[in-house]
Amino acid sequence: MYEYLNNIVGNEVITYFVVAALPLFLVVLPFALIAVLAERKVSAHMQDRLGPMRVGYHGILQTVADILKLIQKEDIIIPQADKKLFNLAPFLVFIGSYAVFAALPFSSKFIGTNAEVGIFYILAVSGFVVAGILMGGWASDNKYSLLGAMRSAAQIVSYEIPTAIVVLTLVMITGTLNLGTMSEQQTAYFWNWNILGGAGEGIQQILLIPFMVVAFTILFISTLAEVNRTPFDIPEAESELVAGFHTEYSGMKFAMFFLAEYANMFAVSAIIVSLLFGGYQSPFGYLGNTLGIPALIPFEQLFWFLSKGVFFVFVQMWLRWTLPRLRVDQLMTVCWKYLIPYAVFNLLIVGIITLI
Amino acid sequence: MNLYDIIFYLFAAITIVSAFIVVNAKNIVYAAFSLLFTFFGVSGLYVLLGADFIAIVQVMVYIGGILVLLLFGVMLTHKITSVDIKAGSVQTIPAVIIIGIFAALLIGLMYSTHWAVNPAEIPVTTTKSLGKTLVTEYVLIFELLGILLLVAMIGAATIARRDGDK
Repeated sequence: MYEYLNNIVGNEVITYFVVAALPLFLVVLPFALIAVLAERKVSAHMQDRLGPMRVGYHGILQTVADILKLIQKEDIIIPQADKKLFNLAPFLVFIGSYAVFAALPFSSKFIGTNAEVGIFYILAVSGFVVAGILMGGWASDNKYSLLGAMRSAAQIVSYEIPTAIVVLTLVMITGTLNLGTMSEQQTAYFWNWNILGGAGEGIQQILLIPFMVVAFTILFISTLAEVNRTPFDIPEAESELVAGFHTEYSGMKFAMFFLAEYANMFAVSAIIVSLLFGGYQSPFGYLGNTLGIPALIPFEQLFWFLSKGVFFVFVQMWLRWTLPRLRVDQLMTVCWKYLIPYAVFNLLIVGIITLI
Repeated sequence: MNLYDIIFYLFAAITIVSAFIVVNAKNIVYAAFSLLFTFFGVSGLYVLLGADFIAIVQVMVYIGGILVLLLFGVMLTHKITSVDIKAGSVQTIPAVIIIGIFAALLIGLMYSTHWAVNPAEIPVTTTKSLGKTLVTEYVLIFELLGILLLVAMIGAATIARRDGDK
């Protein structure tokens, strides 16, 4: 990938920039475009409505129209706001969300950075999102924004712990922090995925299955909370806080927060996929192998990675329109009294099993 | 001057400029947020030194942990955000003299020392070897630190608990 691009562009620096921009233009922006529409359509059909129907066939171009509208909007900065921080916050939040994409293995030929610290890096950069949210909430000079930012930051910081413990469990089994290597180990065919005990052999693999399911449940709940989605969306609970930390934002700055939220949704789904559901590996083997065209395999892998990721995004939307919102105390109880102890015991048991 | 030199100077500039703002900002929230860029610059320098794991720990612990804690402290403390921090200068002449002596000492040391220049390759990854050293050679210190942190955590929970709670 790099060599190929380097040959075309002819300069190392430009190649890096191109590689860094690829996920943005190939994944994040098209994904956000589709996901916003999908969310409206999914929610509409779940509530027995039709959703947007006017723009294009069955409202397909609705998001494009929305973006055009957002671009034309006046950029309102309220006079009480702290201008520097107010303008910086959306960028910081988006940087934090987009930085995650550097370590995601889209296919065996395309992973932003092959650094050995992979998943640990992903956990770390979410700190930028927390700082950005606090910055936006504080700079807006609005009590709802500040409260929303506080709640959001407290929630992300708390739910990072069960996420990190489950990730540690997976790292212990696979022996690597690199998501690319992790995907490689879960070789094609779905019975080799980590959720079904990994690519190991014999009794150990069967023993691992129930604990991997527990790990998946904890990971899914806590990553859902980390991206502030329902049922964990108390930071932007409309009935209490208007729109949380981005109440005062309008136009493109609001769009940045929105884009960051959708990028985050895909990112956490992609993390779950790479850790437990085989990463970019196909569940049934590759068409490229059957037809004898090895060049086809990376594209198939990209297809599988994106499809699995989008599937989990769909599950997130599904939950959003199924479950009611939690209260603040319930939210913290779920994290500290249930998820963290379960995750720690799960870690211990998986450790014992791997020693057998 | 190749690409890595440019990146190094970029990170060094980010670190120094933001650290200067931390010290000089009149608004305590500005100081706290510039600290974010200081930490970020330092972690960038670690990456350039080939210490990938330490760089990520720097981001995780300082930006994800300590900075957020600091921001919470600043924002939740009553009226602290509107207090003007005293950032003027007092006793300039003694300070300049002391700093001058100290700087001269450091620069003198820097030039008089024979640095052991090691042309070894920068390791591709440090995670595995760090983990191995932690649980073999330094296992006692590692465990003691763990117990210390646990004690601190229990202490914090005890202090934070209200009297009525059981």
